[in-house]
Amino acid sequence: MATFLQQFINGITLGAIYSLIALGYTMVYGVLRLINFAHGDVFMVGAFSGYYLANGIGVRGAQSLMSNPEGNAFGRFLSHGLLGSEAEPSIFTALLIILLAMVLCALLGVIIERFAYRPVRKYSRLTALITAIGVSLLLENGGQVLFGADPKSFRDASDRLIPSQNIDLGGGVSLNNRDLIVLLVALGLMVLLQLIVYRTKIGRAMRAVSFNLQSAKLMGINTDRIISWTFALGSALAAAAGVLFVMRIPKIEPLMGILPGLKAFVAAVLGGIGNIPGAVLGGLLIGLTETMVVAYMSSTYKDAVAFAILILILLFRPSGLLGAVAQEKV
Amino acid sequence: MSRFARNILIAVAVIAALYGLEYIFVNGIGGFEIPPFHRRIVLLCGISITLAVSLNLINGYTGQFSIGHAGFMAVGAYSSAYFTFYYGEQLAANLGGGTFGLFVEFFLATLIGALAAAIAGLIVGVPSLRLKGDYLAIVTLGFGQIIVVLLNNIEAVGGSRGFSGLHRVQSFFWIFLIAIATIVIVYRIVHSAFGRALISIRDDELASEAMGVNTTRYKVMAFVISSAMAGAGGVLYAHFDSVIAPKSFEFLKSFDILIMVILGGLGSIVGSVIGAVTLTVLPELLRQFEQYRMIIYSVLLIVLMITRPQGLLGGFDPFKGWRARRRAKSRTEAEEITAEDTRDAVSVKKEGIDR
Repeated sequence: MATFLQQFINGITLGAIYSLIALGYTMVYGVLRLINFAHGDVFMVGAFSGYYLANGIGVRGAQSLMSNPEGNAFGRFLSHGLLGSEAEPSIFTALLIILLAMVLCALLGVIIERFAYRPVRKYSRLTALITAIGVSLLLENGGQVLFGADPKSFRDASDRLIPSQNIDLGGGVSLNNRDLIVLLVALGLMVLLQLIVYRTKIGRAMRAVSFNLQSAKLMGINTDRIISWTFALGSALAAAAGVLFVMRIPKIEPLMGILPGLKAFVAAVLGGIGNIPGAVLGGLLIGLTETMVVAYMSSTYKDAVAFAILILILLFRPSGLLGAVAQEKV
Repeated sequence: MSRFARNILIAVAVIAALYGLEYIFVNGIGGFEIPPFHRRIVLLCGISITLAVSLNLINGYTGQFSIGHAGFMAVGAYSSAYFTFYYGEQLAANLGGGTFGLFVEFFLATLIGALAAAIAGLIVGVPSLRLKGDYLAIVTLGFGQIIVVLLNNIEAVGGSRGFSGLHRVQSFFWIFLIAIATIVIVYRIVHSAFGRALISIRDDELASEAMGVNTTRYKVMAFVISSAMAGAGGVLYAHFDSVIAPKSFEFLKSFDILIMVILGGLGSIVGSVIGAVTLTVLPELLRQFEQYRMIIYSVLLIVLMITRPQGLLGGFDPFKGWRARRRAKSRTEAEEITAEDTRDAVSVKKEGIDR
């Protein structure tokens, strides 16, 4: 029983990360009916932003950008990152890193939408899908050239930011403090997203666009701007997920986004694509199932689980757990 | 001469011509020999053509987006390799070896590879093609990943170390026989009633359903045929270097095939062939830029989608004029017959009115 509870906690933590990624898929699908293949790679860029924000790009890298990086504060930040310029890194540094990575990726998301997806929006959905695959490959291969194809370790950074510590919950079950932070940050972001979507003007406009893009336009909503906002929000969540992910699994490389991206997409479909609470539920379920399969069966098949689930949903409940069956309009 | 007899004659002529070409290809002609490296590239082009043209059937003509072609290729490759490794050579030896034994062995291998890939296509296609939308893309992508995971864990086919010691069939005859067969099959499908239905699904799924096309059935059929041909391509690939590894069937392979089809043009067989040849030869010429190859491909893909979404040769069909003339000819004949029928019908009607 203790093992089960322990695995349950691990599963929920992993699931919370999948949920954050799945939210971006589901929001973009909601407004554009587009599977944003590049979303998993935005998650990767988020993880790398976290890495460089924490560690900097190195003295030599900073020197190639400016003459005397040690002379000013920005130069020191560039060469050593937030960890180098602060004497005592703390959880607030970690939160700052997450926040900055979110801002960077929100920008990236808006740029991707503006320069790749918007020009093809007038063509068929297939064209948009192919463009999305192109963007995904550009990020993956651009990442391999820019960041290097060899894996980097985030372990030092996360050890300094949040020294690992197990909180005993009794009965042989313990909760790692990093996992607790992952859960709290994920929960906070989900609540924030819920507030944005249901309590702000932009959120209302987003819901209108996802309900019917043409009508929303007729009602005077600047749909282009709302779509940009959607990409910004989704990408920011993916970036947060990226930093949280490497706190648990401290290995980053340019292809790390593919599998979590795919699993998060399955999570979005499982919950009902286009449905925000559905994405959270789907993410948690996928994370739990995967952890349980690794714990009780075999770790070799952990990457196959999500797809088995996907095929089952498509067979039995294609609209997802929380999705409404949509009537096709002619 | 009946149509059937004519087709048989053409088939025999093609096979004979391929045998002749194979002889020239290997032994050279008039003192001129093709260097082995170039020979290798020509053969790889043949395999690429098979893969690209088969992918075009589902992506270009049916408008259903499959991005796991390498997965089906892997199924074909491994199932046929299993057969030739454990049974095939024995079988060929029992048949007296030589050309005939090899022919039977490889024919069976191709059949097994194509069949296995078709079954895989059915398993993947049925759940995802029942639905409208882009589910096929994500399911095929997932399938491609699962196949690699599975192959890495099956010891009978070498696991992650790869499956080595396979029968090596680097044959011009086989590779181009299958490439030509793929082109002919796709061409005949596309210009049949079945093909019209596929194109109508691509252009407007809802409308074609309203016109009585059983969309799910047609989509699944096209997908299964496409997968089977990818399997045949995999059979060629498996026996090319006598060793295969799961790593060579990962997503990047699918993407290579995909970009051949898209660059050449969705819905153009000639385009796919040109795309396949270009993207097989170019990387060999640009070896020193290997690192940037995928970046260039992906930028090319995005720019192409923005400026010319149908691909460079999208919708291009060099035989269009020829077919239109032939159709016009048969139509005039048909019209003469209908005209007579109409006259009769009109006179019958008139009689009816008079009475």
